Amino acid sequence: MSIQELQEEIVDEFSMFDDWMQRYEYMIDLGKSLPLIDEKYKIDENIIKGCQSKVWVHAEMKNDKIEFTADSDAIITKGIIAILIRVFSGQHPKDIMDADTAFIDEIGLKEHLSPTRANGLVSMIKQLKMYAIAYQTQLN
Amino acid sequence: MLDVQKIREDFPILKREVNGKPLVYFDNAATSQTPQVVIDAIVDYYSNYNANIHRGVHTLSQEATDAYEIARKKVQCHFNSKHAHEIILTSGTTHSINIVATGFTNLLTKGDEIIVSALEHHSNIVPWQMLCERTGAILKVIPMNEEGELLMDVYDQLLSDKTKLVFTNHISNALGTINPIEKIIQKAHKVGAAVLIDGAQSCPHIKPDVQNLDVDFYVASAHKLCGPTGVGLLYGKEEWLNKLPPYQGGGEMIDQVTFEKTTYAGLPHKFEAGTPNICGGIAFGVALDYMNSVGFDNIAEYENELLEYGTKKLLEIEGLRIYGTSKNKTSVISFNIGTIHPYDIGSIVDKLGIAVRTGHHCAQPIMDFYKIPGTIRASFSFYNTKEEIDTLVEALKKAKMMLS
Repeated sequence: MSIQELQEEIVDEFSMFDDWMQRYEYMIDLGKSLPLIDEKYKIDENIIKGCQSKVWVHAEMKNDKIEFTADSDAIITKGIIAILIRVFSGQHPKDIMDADTAFIDEIGLKEHLSPTRANGLVSMIKQLKMYAIAYQTQLN
Repeated sequence: MLDVQKIREDFPILKREVNGKPLVYFDNAATSQTPQVVIDAIVDYYSNYNANIHRGVHTLSQEATDAYEIARKKVQCHFNSKHAHEIILTSGTTHSINIVATGFTNLLTKGDEIIVSALEHHSNIVPWQMLCERTGAILKVIPMNEEGELLMDVYDQLLSDKTKLVFTNHISNALGTINPIEKIIQKAHKVGAAVLIDGAQSCPHIKPDVQNLDVDFYVASAHKLCGPTGVGLLYGKEEWLNKLPPYQGGGEMIDQVTFEKTTYAGLPHKFEAGTPNICGGIAFGVALDYMNSVGFDNIAEYENELLEYGTKKLLEIEGLRIYGTSKNKTSVISFNIGTIHPYDIGSIVDKLGIAVRTGHHCAQPIMDFYKIPGTIRASFSFYNTKEEIDTLVEALKKAKMMLS
């Protein structure tokens, strides 16, 4: 599926819930399905700065597509990074670079989009896109 | 006795809702809320006599100058300094600390020692590290125990004739511990060291008497005392303030200026370069009047009641651990539930309209001591209620259920 389709799928799933508690519970559940980062990559260099909790991300290129793995010591943050990885993992670097992330707003997590928010959603998106830029440069 | 319902009427913000729920504001250790009288004073200043001070002959400037100097007198009375010119109005605690830390540059030589407590906020560690880098002085730390209390016997051993300055907060922002500053000051004076006390966390709860304490420097911020942000004080004994060089050059702090030589103004203006936060200073005075009208004895009694109630109620939550369990503490409860990340709990309770602080509270060394990433900190003020504590407890139970 394309990034766009995956985003639509997630928006669809979240539209079933009518209050924030259910949305958060679902996000926490999604965190449990996060492709976990190999312990050997759980090092300080892979920590995303700007989060109150720790988030580690690792990226690998397979057949011109990027596969992301991650982890966090906070459950909600883990859910957030799981949503992003579900959308971005297995995609071409160019598509990740160009992707719009406005769907976060549509799934009711708008408050997490503020750049001053301590959870660092904005930093996470930026970091994933940085990996995409780096791999795209290699492809060129 | 304090009539909390009547007091709550003084604070317009307490009527608002957050995420569809009535606001429960438990982040008072970060900043206190503002009563209507203080808001009115700010509006009055900008509506009626906004002007620059200490220089104009026109009526507005005179009125603003008078109001600002009256505010300084109020601060003097509140902290009971001997002279009004021993009160320097600054932008806040951090600014005040930096005036002293920078001022000591020329008073220290290599090998001199500065003692700080392990209970410090980052802003209280960095200026001293920078001072040590500039002078070659050595930073020594008074460690703490599991309860979050300073080890006074180690302090005794650290003190020597090399000690030139001792610095500690009166109350820890992260744990709420009240430090035995009277003893700390007396002992430091015996070896001839000066003492700077950070009162940022204590002033909302305790009315300090700087003469009685015999402290050399005392600093605090207005915004934790129901005043506005961007204003605070540095109290210094006259003889110490005279010894320190000016911190910044600019207007207000000069006496005579020629290109050959400038002579500095006397106290307090020597440390008040540039146009100050005039409105903030005036509003600070009004905030002190307000706090004193409520009465610090009443505030302490009521907040202790909240602390006791809150501690008991929170401990009913299974797996909840409180950090900072000294018998001498103010209405600050720092805690975690099991191994749940404080950030997760903070996010959920925010959704329920509750403002608490999560994280390391800018006191990383304390978190390292307990080997935790941070805590959730609920800090109560005299306008909070037991019902609000019940709301917090219910919200925490909900968060715990969702997160475990």
